[in-house]
Amino acid sequence: MDRRDFLKTGLLAGASFAVPGIYGSYFAKSSKVFVSNYDLVAIKNGEPEVMFDKGIEQLGGMKSFVKKNQKVLVKPNIGWDVIPERGGNTNPKLVKRIIEHCFDAGAKEVYVFDHTCDDWRRSYASSGIERAVKDAGGKIVSGDTENYYQDVTITGAKVLTKEKVHELVLESDVFINVPILKSHSSTRLTVSMKNLMGVVWDRGYWHRNNLHQCIADYGMFKKKPTLNVVDAYYVMKQNGPRGVSLNDIALMKSQIISSDMVSADAAAAKLFGLEPDTVSYIKIADSMGLGKKDLSSLNIKRLIL
Amino acid sequence: MSGSLLRKIRIFVSMLFIVPTTFLLIDIYGIIPPDISNKILFLQFIPSVLKYITVFSVTASGFIAVLLITLLFGRVYCSSICPLGVMQDVINWISGKIKRKKKRTFDFLREQKILRFVLLVLPIAFFLFGSSFALNLLDPYSLYGRFSGNFLRPLLVGANNLAAYFFELLRIYAVYPYSLKEFNHWPFLITVLFFAFVAVMAWKKGRLYCNTVCPVGTLLGYLSKLSLFKILINHEDCLSCGICAKECKASCIDSENKTVDMTRCVLCFDCIPSCPTEGITFGNSFREIRKGNYAQTEIQVDNSKRDFLTKASVYFLSFSAIAAQVKKKIVVTKPSTIPVFRKNAVSPPGSVSIDRFNGRCTACHLCVSSCPTQVLQPSFLEYGFLGMLQPRMDNITSFCNFECKICADVCPTGAILPIDLEKKKLTQIGKAKFVKDNCIVQTQKTDCGACSEHCPTKAVRMIAFEGALLIPEVRDDYCIGCGACEYACPTIPYKAIYIEGNRSHQIAKKNTELKKQEVINTEEDFPF
Repeated sequence: MDRRDFLKTGLLAGASFAVPGIYGSYFAKSSKVFVSNYDLVAIKNGEPEVMFDKGIEQLGGMKSFVKKNQKVLVKPNIGWDVIPERGGNTNPKLVKRIIEHCFDAGAKEVYVFDHTCDDWRRSYASSGIERAVKDAGGKIVSGDTENYYQDVTITGAKVLTKEKVHELVLESDVFINVPILKSHSSTRLTVSMKNLMGVVWDRGYWHRNNLHQCIADYGMFKKKPTLNVVDAYYVMKQNGPRGVSLNDIALMKSQIISSDMVSADAAAAKLFGLEPDTVSYIKIADSMGLGKKDLSSLNIKRLIL
Repeated sequence: MSGSLLRKIRIFVSMLFIVPTTFLLIDIYGIIPPDISNKILFLQFIPSVLKYITVFSVTASGFIAVLLITLLFGRVYCSSICPLGVMQDVINWISGKIKRKKKRTFDFLREQKILRFVLLVLPIAFFLFGSSFALNLLDPYSLYGRFSGNFLRPLLVGANNLAAYFFELLRIYAVYPYSLKEFNHWPFLITVLFFAFVAVMAWKKGRLYCNTVCPVGTLLGYLSKLSLFKILINHEDCLSCGICAKECKASCIDSENKTVDMTRCVLCFDCIPSCPTEGITFGNSFREIRKGNYAQTEIQVDNSKRDFLTKASVYFLSFSAIAAQVKKKIVVTKPSTIPVFRKNAVSPPGSVSIDRFNGRCTACHLCVSSCPTQVLQPSFLEYGFLGMLQPRMDNITSFCNFECKICADVCPTGAILPIDLEKKKLTQIGKAKFVKDNCIVQTQKTDCGACSEHCPTKAVRMIAFEGALLIPEVRDDYCIGCGACEYACPTIPYKAIYIEGNRSHQIAKKNTELKKQEVINTEEDFPF
């Protein structure tokens, strides 16, 4: 434990003695296990926020995932300085509605951040997500500073055994991963697992050391998303992940919700028009036992609104 | 109007200018929008002249206002508007506080006329030959810009980050740490030397820089000989006691001869309240001189004290020696293969060409502070010796945001011209060069594509390679040289893709090969 951690822990411990309950949740790190009839919910033909309303209802509502006074992290994709219609970032309407559901379920705080590719302040603004988070009462946090990232080890990983992860991932009780489905020049497709590249500091390492393996490896990290909500409303079919123009976008008006990242990504690949096996990291993650890519083995609820 | 009131007004006006100007030059939060920044810097003399020459518009006519003010009152610009002048006042004031045992005093100094004219003609001559090098070294606003950017901005960052650290302990993220992504040691060191040069003169001799070195000071000084209002000594009331001369931080009052050298007076008004007989005043010179109580005498030039200044300027030349040692190159291949040179640095969009940019930029570094991605960094010798300190696109540190043109909006000299955003998105400042033998896809046979991911125009696209692998391909026509690919390229230590600067910026082709997506029937069944 270095001095910084010591100070931090000391201060927080002190505070939690002084104000019992308030900081107690800091120590309750394990995510809640949920039980539902469905492994995956797929919704179509609605607005992003409406599809989420209907979808989460099938999983017993947000109450199944978020308990009273819990600290929630919502992690959308805010990688690029582009407007929502360009499909580069998660739809702000969806992010806003998810945060509202969290508060309705009793969440104490809801944080949102991404380690962006373009300038973070511009990306947060252009994506409409900063506004959406503030409107919903959540807190938008910078992912642009190494100070916020802490060293972790990943057991079960083949290549990526160590990483620096944003402290909000480590400290949140509930972690909601909200990727947007996009084509991707490096990995063919970006969905849930790939979206987690936005919670670590050194992405270059992944690129240098077998990208697909690293994506699957990070999935093995103990702080897994409690829930994955795949935004497939505006879908970037080509030139991803940044896109060049509105021509890249297909209006698919879809959404996939699952607590299994591999299943969510496999279903998203199908929706996109790709066989899950053509996306290496999905295949690797499945073989590592991270989740199930075989959709026929899942109990799926399909909703067409 | 009493002298002490004039003095108070002077200090008030100084604060009115230096506080916003300084904040603008160190603004890490990007709070001040470009249109406000242009207003704050409207009266800065050299930037305004340069911009006027380039864009010929009312928005750049600030220097005309300064000339008119000078014709009326004298060197108000030097007194209050020029941030370097006010900075020297502050330094001298501090020196006075520290040297407490005896009150700070000045003495009348003779004018270094030849040196003043040489340093006035030099920047003009350089400029006419297409280089803003001498202006860059001497312009007081730009010097102050560099001092702020190099010294005050890191201080603000430090204070901000300290605050952010404590807030983070409490899990409050509203104040976030700001990281300075690059430290350019040579430009920093040069700025330290300049600062030492100005600060030592200010510490010991008040406004010596303004009255001996500064070309703006010389120009406005000689113009203020014609000004309507002047500092005047009444021959009958003046006892030649010399108290005013000891107060004069411009060292321009010769009390024995009862004259004020108006070419050097910076209108601080410190002399007026000091006079025991009210023998020195600020008034309408034409009227008062006609009355015959006042005289204006030319002061003889004495060259004896020029020595230390000439010595001080020798260090400019010593940089030539350093210049010979540093080559403008970045190695982009592995050590085992032939190194590749970046022939040209990359100049920001709106600067039209490297030569034009080198001829206009005074290196005030306002764009460096304003750039949200910090891709603009002070150069050392990337543009060559004469382009020293002028900002360049540093794609190792960061890359140019596709949707941003703030540098063009804030540039006070017109070195970076205002540019329409749509035009900026097609302005090719350089071209990406792919070095296949450094690329991860080639060397490790795994997927990467970070360059293509970041490319805003898809000039860098991925094409089929061995097996299912994809490898980058650069299409020059679409490339705008933003440097996102170079920045994102993860290879170590040398990049597999880098930007070669265009000496003259070109227009890239719009990527029109993109087919529109078919309309999807969202009521169809799921494919799973």
